[in-house]
Amino acid sequence: MSEDARLRIISALVEHKPSVLYRITNLIRRKSFNIESIVAGPAETAGLARITFTMFSDYSRFDQMMKNIDNLIDVRSVEPLEERDATIRELALVKFSPGAPVTRPEVMSLVDTFRANVVDISPDTLTVEISGDSDKINAFIDLARNFGLKKVARTGAVALAREMSAKRSSVG
Amino acid sequence: MLNMAKMSGAQAVVEALQREGVEVVFGYPGGANMPIYDAMYEFESFRHTPLNEVSFRHILARHEQSAAHMADGYARASGKVGVCMATSGPGATNLMTGLATAYMDSSPVVAITGQVPSYMIGSDAFQETDVVGMATSVTKYAFQPLHVRDVPYSIKAAFYLATTRRPQPVLVDIPKDVQQAEEDVHFPESIDFPNYRPLPDPDPMVVKTISRAILSAQRPVILAGGGVKMANAYLELQSLAELLVAPVVTSFMGKGAFPENHPLSLGCMGMHGSERTNKLIPESDLLLVVGSRLSDRTTGKIEKFAPNTKIIHIDADKAEIGKNYKLAVVSLVADAKKALQALLHELGVGIIGQQRDAWVKRAHEVVVMAMTEHDGNGSYLSGAETVRMLRRFLPTKAIVTTEVGQHQMWCEQHFQVIEPRTFFSSGGLGTMGFGFPAALGAKVARPDVPVVDVAGDGSFLMTENSLATSIEEHIPVTVVILNNSMLGMVAQWQRFFYNRRYSAVQLGKSPDFVKLAESYGAEAVRVRNLPELETAVNQAIRSPVTTVIDVPISPEENVLPMLPPGAGIKEMVVG
Repeated sequence: MSEDARLRIISALVEHKPSVLYRITNLIRRKSFNIESIVAGPAETAGLARITFTMFSDYSRFDQMMKNIDNLIDVRSVEPLEERDATIRELALVKFSPGAPVTRPEVMSLVDTFRANVVDISPDTLTVEISGDSDKINAFIDLARNFGLKKVARTGAVALAREMSAKRSSVG
Repeated sequence: MLNMAKMSGAQAVVEALQREGVEVVFGYPGGANMPIYDAMYEFESFRHTPLNEVSFRHILARHEQSAAHMADGYARASGKVGVCMATSGPGATNLMTGLATAYMDSSPVVAITGQVPSYMIGSDAFQETDVVGMATSVTKYAFQPLHVRDVPYSIKAAFYLATTRRPQPVLVDIPKDVQQAEEDVHFPESIDFPNYRPLPDPDPMVVKTISRAILSAQRPVILAGGGVKMANAYLELQSLAELLVAPVVTSFMGKGAFPENHPLSLGCMGMHGSERTNKLIPESDLLLVVGSRLSDRTTGKIEKFAPNTKIIHIDADKAEIGKNYKLAVVSLVADAKKALQALLHELGVGIIGQQRDAWVKRAHEVVVMAMTEHDGNGSYLSGAETVRMLRRFLPTKAIVTTEVGQHQMWCEQHFQVIEPRTFFSSGGLGTMGFGFPAALGAKVARPDVPVVDVAGDGSFLMTENSLATSIEEHIPVTVVILNNSMLGMVAQWQRFFYNRRYSAVQLGKSPDFVKLAESYGAEAVRVRNLPELETAVNQAIRSPVTTVIDVPISPEENVLPMLPPGAGIKEMVVG
């Protein structure tokens, strides 16, 4: 992989029906990419879904991948998103199991600092939701390891282009 | 015909095929597609039709892989969709090699498979396989209609997808209960996918840009790929070459896109292309690539491919632009025929007699040398010489198919293809066993011309049981086996790259191909020299039954020249 290899973000509007996700992920597998994250859900129009996925690639292979995805019959449109031109969010659920030497107030101060929310409490655990860009979530999880982190569930990135951003390219 | 009627899913399949103008289906019945076979039985012509009568006909293969290759051969010879059928499970998995072959060579094949009943899907029922999952990687699309009412749409869409933009195979997998159930069904007149439409006309601005580049070139060459043949752009290519006085080279898949006896033909380039042609390409200042993906077998190591030549890339699939060759100065996503027509129109306005005497003379030298640069020797018949003489023995209208291996590459080098749609080979996937069933499919499409499968002894054994089909269904073709009792190409690589260690390539003397063919009811003969071959071929192409001609050749003849894998286009091994 050449020097311009980095995390790439792709947003695709697709038919919301069986095996569409399979066709896309199968194509990505065939081209020997590793998907870093993938998120799919219904889009604004009934019958359509929006899929956001991220992968490490140089520009050349990434550009080829975009054309191949656009060639799929079930894909309505596909566009690459650049971090500076897009709103990118990820949600994580993080379960803590605080115990000596870590106390609940210490965990709460971490949660407050990151503007996360407590969504579940039990005598031994507490679960927190946090959203933001991937860097913020990575930082939170790294710190949480010192505060009794027990489990993590992450959604992967969802992204939409910013309307006021500089020119974006898309595959036609 | 009414567009709405109550019928079973199986009847809807047959009705939909008829509406697409399908005249022949190549297939094999089994548990999960019996309702479709029962529906086809309704047609008198299904059961027995002479080869040259246009009607609805089924041809029983002896293996589903062969059924797919027959459909592929039919498609390549006719320009129409080839249809094949198989049952679920092993029937469908056997089709996959044939579908992958058609996929790699962009051939319009529609496969219809039976599936276990919809309520059993996922239960590992008898003869259940995830056919849609398997086929997704080797088809443009795989449908699985789950209601009778979805069957006509699926088949209409399959034909639409198979034939538009880049032709490719499409599969329709129909659960048995859907074949059996009856419903009111509607037959759509047309299909529209929001993100998939036929290719638009070539962008006039890009056509202008390409024209200007061509007009300013001193030493242009046109590289034609299989896309020219699939788009039926033979005449346009020849007109453009003659207008520009530009030599034409082809990839292996493009072989025959341009008459190889034409003064401007440079033959094939690539791994087993002509050495002199390969060396001429970097001398050109402009290479107009039409309908080729510029595969490794065509270009050699891509970084060393014509580094100082301006390359213009025209292809029907935008994903081919920049895939293998990333430095095209201009690219155009368009149907090859329409692109060439647009270029002819644009150039026709501005062109005034192209003066290229020196360049054409140089190209001429290359061509003259190319056809004589390799001759066989020794006491056996030479494979290369046999193929070259075969060209003299066969009329130019004869269709030739090949299997895969040395004989195939000898055909590339020594068998001049002159007329459109007369040469079919598995170029992309390199499928041994393709040639014979493809020849049968081609013969069904073109009963008026002789069809000859040039085979190797290894490849022919992959699908030789299609002899039963050719005899029982009265489809006479000729098979010429270049028999070196070896997996010749693998053995050649072992000689070149593995220190002559012959690992699992010696096939021995079994079977006796003459006795084998005769046991099926075919005619068969073994020939020892070229006069015997000429006599045998002359008889075979006139015979009402299939003839197998066994030609023992030298066991250790090499296909030369060759471009070693990973080498640049100028680094051919010649001996």
